[in-house]
Amino acid sequence: MEFEDTLLSLNRVAAKNIISSEFTGDNAFEVINEIISPTLERIGELWAHGEIALSQEYMASRICEELVETILPADAPSRKNMPVIGITTLRDEHMLGKRILSSFLKANGFNLFDYGDMGPESIVQKVKDDGIEVLMVSTLMLNLAHEVKKLRSSFDNEKIDTKIIVGGAPFLFDRNLWKEVGADSMAVDATESVEKIHEVLGDAR
Amino acid sequence: MNIEEMTSMERVLATLCHEEPDRVPFFLLLTTQGADVFNVSIKEYFSKPEMVAEAQIKMQQKYGHDCYYPFYYASLELEAWGSESVFYPDAPPNAGRPVIKEFEDILSLETPDVFESPGLQKVLKTTEIMKKHSGEDIPIISVVMSPFSLASMQMGFENYLDLIYDDLDRFKELMRINESFCVQWANAQIEAGATAICYFDPVSSSTIIPPELYRKTGFRVAKRTISNINGPTATHMASGRCLPIVDDIAETGTAVICTSVLEDLSEIKTACKGKLSVLGNLNGIEMRHWSPQQTEDKVKEAISKAAEGGGYILSDNHGEIPYTVPQEVLTDISRSVKKWGQYQG
Repeated sequence: MEFEDTLLSLNRVAAKNIISSEFTGDNAFEVINEIISPTLERIGELWAHGEIALSQEYMASRICEELVETILPADAPSRKNMPVIGITTLRDEHMLGKRILSSFLKANGFNLFDYGDMGPESIVQKVKDDGIEVLMVSTLMLNLAHEVKKLRSSFDNEKIDTKIIVGGAPFLFDRNLWKEVGADSMAVDATESVEKIHEVLGDAR
Repeated sequence: MNIEEMTSMERVLATLCHEEPDRVPFFLLLTTQGADVFNVSIKEYFSKPEMVAEAQIKMQQKYGHDCYYPFYYASLELEAWGSESVFYPDAPPNAGRPVIKEFEDILSLETPDVFESPGLQKVLKTTEIMKKHSGEDIPIISVVMSPFSLASMQMGFENYLDLIYDDLDRFKELMRINESFCVQWANAQIEAGATAICYFDPVSSSTIIPPELYRKTGFRVAKRTISNINGPTATHMASGRCLPIVDDIAETGTAVICTSVLEDLSEIKTACKGKLSVLGNLNGIEMRHWSPQQTEDKVKEAISKAAEGGGYILSDNHGEIPYTVPQEVLTDISRSVKKWGQYQG
């Protein structure tokens, strides 16, 4: 709870001190899996239940992302076993959801390719080039949520087996929309996304 | 007065006085649907203020709801600040790239003049036509983005949250500039014929920021801004939660709060009793697939939870019904309100 309190009160120094005291130089994933990830998970659940605000989840994820970068640099060899994840808003200029999810996934040690607001047409080649295993799509606009259909169709035509996980307001307000647009799964929040990534990949990494 | 013959205006005013009118008033907050009335693209539709006014009048006649809604789309205000809107064939336009790219940009930002913005002038023209048509019979509900929430579009949501948390001085400066714009825009619409101003403030909702931060930020901004608007206001959280801050919202001087479908309408009604009227909270996204029976059940449920004693207007929870909601559902909502919303006067 102590680490959670430091995050929700935006006490970066105290949060850093807790992580520094647990980090021995070669136990980054242990720190992530035992302290950072469970805490972000609890914070995500608090948001999903309306007990904290999105801004608090955002700031907590941002602080954790910074902390993980200090103990597990982007090029750390130990990241190699993590699934390769892509993320886009499919032309939606509303970036907050993507930002929270990016921070959350980075804080969990994932390899992440951020494609900004890249649309379905341009993202297909990127997904192939980067070997993306799961593409996360975050949208706020209902019409852009429907762009996932185009994405799925392009993947099918190109025989790309990258999984698509969607999230964002339209999917929250209509819990069947992810099926309608042809996604492989949806995540109600950043926390659930980790579970869904492993689920669609059928692994227990 | 025979309460069976109430005009929409009388019905809405009665409920806002926490009295029971002849039936529950309802607002179908339709925007892009007007393009279909004339079978034109959404982009063309919003380029013609006369067309928007006529479509609103025709849609009100068709569904019998209790307001006109001259709101075009949220990013129109941003156009006055130099931003562009991105149009889609089947949805409201969206704001393009943020106009504030760095916090430093705030220092050189100037308040645009409402009367020099071609986009905003179109809305005023639409409002004037509606007013000429409705007289005092149908309320015209106009919209402003709150100064506090406008900033999320001016600079992008994540940058704005960084500003709120990390740079209080520039945040205050941005609010000063935005408040001046918002007050001028609201009062120009009232001058053009708006009955009330819907103050869209989703960033203040407890879904987005915690109540204690709201009290230091969005609340103060709303209190200052609303006190300078020359007409009644309704505060809209655009699907966001408001229950934890109902008392604060009442203190801003607003008359109505629109709640999220994520909150229980009975709880909100109880919390608002004697302080605020309630607007809401049908799920516009789900509405796309509602059957006639589901529609009737949803309307009946909302009425049973919130209508008693007045102080309630039925509407969607976002302030804008999606373009893809079928007309049959809108007709079913209208029919259901008229069936289940009669007060026993």
